Amino acid sequence: MIHHIIEVKNLHYIYPDERKALNSVSFRIVHGDSVGIVGANGAGKTTLLMLLAGAFFPSQGEVIVGGVPVVKKNLPLIRQKIGMLFQNPDDQLFMTTVYDDVAFGPRNYKLDGQEVEKRVSQALAMVGIEHLQNRAPYKLSGGEKRAAAIATILSMTPDILVMDEPSAALDPRSRRGLITLLNGFAHTKIIASHDLDLVFELCDRTIVLKDGEVISDGPTATILTDMALIEQSGLEAPLSLQNCPVCRARKESL
Amino acid sequence: MQVLLKGKLGGAKAPPQIFREQIAVFRRSGYVFLWGLVLHMKDIMKSLYNIRLLDELAEKQTVVHSIHPLAKLLTTMIYLIVVVSFGKYEVAGLLPLIFYPVIIIALAEIPLLPILKRMLLVAPFALGIGAFNPIFDNATMFVLGGFRLSGGWVSFFSITIKLFLALMGTLTLIVTTGMDRLAAALRMLRVPRIFVLQLLLTYRYISLLMEEVARTMQAYSLRAPFHHGVQPGVWGSLAGNLFLRTLQRAQSVYQAMVQRGFIGEYNTGYDSRMTINDTLYLCGWVVFFLTVRFYNIPVFIGSLVTGVGK
Ligand SMILES: Nc1ncnc2c1ncn2[C@@H]1O[C@H](COP(=O)(O)OP(=O)(O)OP(=O)(O)O)[C@@H](O)[C@H]1O
Ligand SMILES: [Mg+2]
Repeated sequence: MIHHIIEVKNLHYIYPDERKALNSVSFRIVHGDSVGIVGANGAGKTTLLMLLAGAFFPSQGEVIVGGVPVVKKNLPLIRQKIGMLFQNPDDQLFMTTVYDDVAFGPRNYKLDGQEVEKRVSQALAMVGIEHLQNRAPYKLSGGEKRAAAIATILSMTPDILVMDEPSAALDPRSRRGLITLLNGFAHTKIIASHDLDLVFELCDRTIVLKDGEVISDGPTATILTDMALIEQSGLEAPLSLQNCPVCRARKESL
Repeated sequence: MQVLLKGKLGGAKAPPQIFREQIAVFRRSGYVFLWGLVLHMKDIMKSLYNIRLLDELAEKQTVVHSIHPLAKLLTTMIYLIVVVSFGKYEVAGLLPLIFYPVIIIALAEIPLLPILKRMLLVAPFALGIGAFNPIFDNATMFVLGGFRLSGGWVSFFSITIKLFLALMGTLTLIVTTGMDRLAAALRMLRVPRIFVLQLLLTYRYISLLMEEVARTMQAYSLRAPFHHGVQPGVWGSLAGNLFLRTLQRAQSVYQAMVQRGFIGEYNTGYDSRMTINDTLYLCGWVVFFLTVRFYNIPVFIGSLVTGVGK
């Protein structure tokens, strides 16, 4: 299935204020892959995702999604394929009610009223926030906003999900719900996160960024257990792999 | 002036006088309408909670809210035209027009106080427009119990009432329809997409700006609990920061919109067909407006009463 392949070739990005955020990043993600992008604050994760979704354009190099280069004239096509969850849900929710916000995307694609309604109620049910549908998005709690933002993406039924810190601000149960939800999603997923436990559970593959460069790329199980690498990238090992904080017993597995 | 106008109109291409007047009236009502929108944007309630009050009122579910946005937009436009088409010295004839906003506000369960507060914000502008009339136009028109009322004062009252009515009309439209649906209605009237888009994005930008202002003030006062207001020395960096942050957020929001297939057309899920009820709503009000316009009802009632008295 060529249409879900993402290819990033020698990507550079420099912000208008001359800050180099990405330096020569290359990778290839095939259909159905679930890839974690990890790295410390300021490593360039958000910048990379923005380039994938065509929110910015590279200073050098290129991004190809499903055989289509991400350039201005292909954006409508790219946007149908990629659903992008922003790091800050406040940026993503702009209508007066949660329902209208979730319906915004489907309505833009001129679907008929019934189909829009169906998609919206499905998306709301998937993230479990049907009860919030008539509330104003800007009056929700942080976690509720996050859930609503995810629903706005799901209602577009994208082929590829790109998420920036999806679990930030979620309480443990909602986080668990999110993990279950994403695990059930068979399409390509790209998840930038500091939540290494989430990456560990959701992603088969992990790319480690540091100062805008890929310092490692491989199976999650190998990368996240490589303590030297984790240390070098400025992160901490996933809790599930750390020793028990109470009894100091070492984890048996791995 | 009259002669000059007629001279100009004598040419074959110039539109007939009557159309000219109508065009001028249209233009004036357009200004008043835009001004009403600006007024809503000038929503300076301090707390974050109230910033989008008008948006929230627009989400209520009442009879008025359920009327098709196009019907409400047309009704309001005709209302505005009728209001501004009254003569310069007309006062009494205008008064019955207050029934329109009053009835809508009552039916739509709109709290009166916040609306009146927002009206007060522009009161100085409104008064400013007619303020010089009493000075320039001081020919006596009436003598009321020993007081000499000049034409200037009468026209001043007339302008003030007209502005009040026009603003009430516009505000009730916004509050019972909501900006998004209003935009959809404007598109149905074939207003160019670019203008509607500009209006919507400006509107969004204003509420973002207000929110950022409220947040910044909150952050400032938490760290400077003993200052009353912002210290002059910090004004510059605070304002600059605010501007840049809002710009950034506006860009992100715009990104989020295009990400979801936004191509400049706001699709609010309304189809353009009006039902019988919507048409009746529109026609009912238009009949009322025209009756008020062509029959001076207060004078009519007055003559009835005095007629009965005789
Ligand atoms: N709008 C901007 N203008 C200029 N520089 C920016 C801008 N946004 C980010 N940067 C810089 O680019 C670099 C990468 O930022 P990016 O937001 O991609 O990091 P990140 O990995 O997402 O970090 P975090 O984990 O904190 O979200 C950082 O050094 C940051 O300071
Ligand atoms: Mg980030």
